[in-house]
Amino acid sequence: MAKVIVVTSGKGGVGKTTTTATLGAALAQTGQNVAVVDFDVGLRNLDLMMGAERRVVYDLINVINGSAKLPQALIRDKRLETLHLLPASQTRDKSALTEKGVARVMKELEEQFDWIICDSPAGIERGAILAMRHADIAVIVTNPEISSVRDSDRIIGMLDAKTQKAEDGGDIEKHLLISRYDPARSARNEMLSIDDVLDILSVPLIGVIPESEEVLRASNLGSPVTMSNPDSAPARAYFDAARRLTGESVPMSIPEERRNLFGKLFGRRAA
Amino acid sequence: MAFVLAPDIPFDDWLSELDAQSKRSPGFFTGRPVILDLSRLTLAKPDVAGLLAQLQARSIRIIGVEGVDPCWLGPGLAPIPRSGGTASVIEFPKDDGAPEGDITTNTETDETNLLIDWPVRSGQCVSFPQGDITIVGSVASGAEVVAGGSIHIYGTLRGRAIAGSGGDKRARIFCRNLEAELLAIAGLYRTVEEIEPHLRGQPIQAWLDGNVLMMSTQD
Ligand SMILES: Nc1ncnc2c1ncn2[C@@H]1O[C@H](COP(=O)(O)OP(=O)(O)OP(=O)(O)O)[C@@H](O)[C@H]1O
Ligand SMILES: [Mg+2]
Repeated sequence: MAKVIVVTSGKGGVGKTTTTATLGAALAQTGQNVAVVDFDVGLRNLDLMMGAERRVVYDLINVINGSAKLPQALIRDKRLETLHLLPASQTRDKSALTEKGVARVMKELEEQFDWIICDSPAGIERGAILAMRHADIAVIVTNPEISSVRDSDRIIGMLDAKTQKAEDGGDIEKHLLISRYDPARSARNEMLSIDDVLDILSVPLIGVIPESEEVLRASNLGSPVTMSNPDSAPARAYFDAARRLTGESVPMSIPEERRNLFGKLFGRRAA
Repeated sequence: MAFVLAPDIPFDDWLSELDAQSKRSPGFFTGRPVILDLSRLTLAKPDVAGLLAQLQARSIRIIGVEGVDPCWLGPGLAPIPRSGGTASVIEFPKDDGAPEGDITTNTETDETNLLIDWPVRSGQCVSFPQGDITIVGSVASGAEVVAGGSIHIYGTLRGRAIAGSGGDKRARIFCRNLEAELLAIAGLYRTVEEIEPHLRGQPIQAWLDGNVLMMSTQD
């Protein structure tokens, strides 16, 4: 059975697109068939993060309005044959995204893939609702700061009300992904702690991605960090999150403050 | 305690009176939470918006509006409901007024207690004019719970709790962990600034003693 995931947040710039691309890659790296779908019409980004921007011919809107077939619009990753991208349109108007059209495309995707990961636009408007509409699972991306957490809370309320699953009386599976976590800043109380965020949102944690240069480098390379630098801390955190999504229980490792670690080493040596 | 302003029509005259009064006692409204009572007037939505803008321009902090359609108010304002038939969980209107963000879950019931066993999320408003509300979970910052009777929260209250919304002075508010933005019973209010710091993070109850909103920790 195909699983549909929406990656959502409410607030912009918290790492949704990065997470969509990287979780998609991490799942595809285990041999499962994955499609990542860009719902951010007009601000498409996912193709860049996947290094496929020059290969976009048709997009989601073309498939919805019938000017292209799904297989024509799907782009297979050059490095990983199990990973596919359905890009958004950069030029079309958001209103071309119709509820019926989205339902049809999702159904067609479900026939071919194990995982369909939808990259939601920021906000709580139509685009975000359409992206979450058919999801079985939501990955809520939050940065450890008040405004991001509050917006996530708002989005969780919408997941419980506006998704097909919720309307049918079911429960959408929700997971919290804390991204851009900086242990040093958290130790200085400049950011919320993981516990604070969990306490406010009361949604189970699926991973903590550290703030990392590697992520930035990966997006500039057009290659998700699990592919470009699989041994880096953010890649390991994303691999673990992907395993948890498949139902595996993996112990959670919270990024620690580096200075502490050095301090310990230093202390031992001096003694 | 909150201060109630009840404007008269025409607003321009009323506003100049207000300005005159502010001039006589400068700083009168500084930091004071104000409730706007519009229940005696029949107004259209733009009138209300215009009035709110006028008051905002005078740095008067309106925390709630009485006697208007709750859908006219932005998320920063508490509608203060009168009475009603059924309980509802409604979403605050979005700024652009588009309909797709609304959550409406009608929980029709003859009961006098509404039990919600999920967290109330930011932007949601749980309203139950005919009785008590019990919430097994937390109430988020930016969320609101409005009960005709008492409110019991088995979690952290970070948003607003408005008990005794129809004027019942016996209503109380209980919560396991107080981080509230606003507490109100029968129209008497306390905002964040007016809650003693030692009560923060504590299990508390709030009740009315005459015209004073009392708060203490639960032992
Ligand atoms: N763990 C991280 N460490 C450092 N930088 C990160 C991390 N995750 C994301 N970023 C950077 O943050 C920026 C925003 O990320 P991204 O585009 O994924 O966010 P988004 O939520 O999709 O934004 P939007 O709401 O605009 O769609 C990008 O420049 C990205 O490289
Ligand atoms: Mg994005």
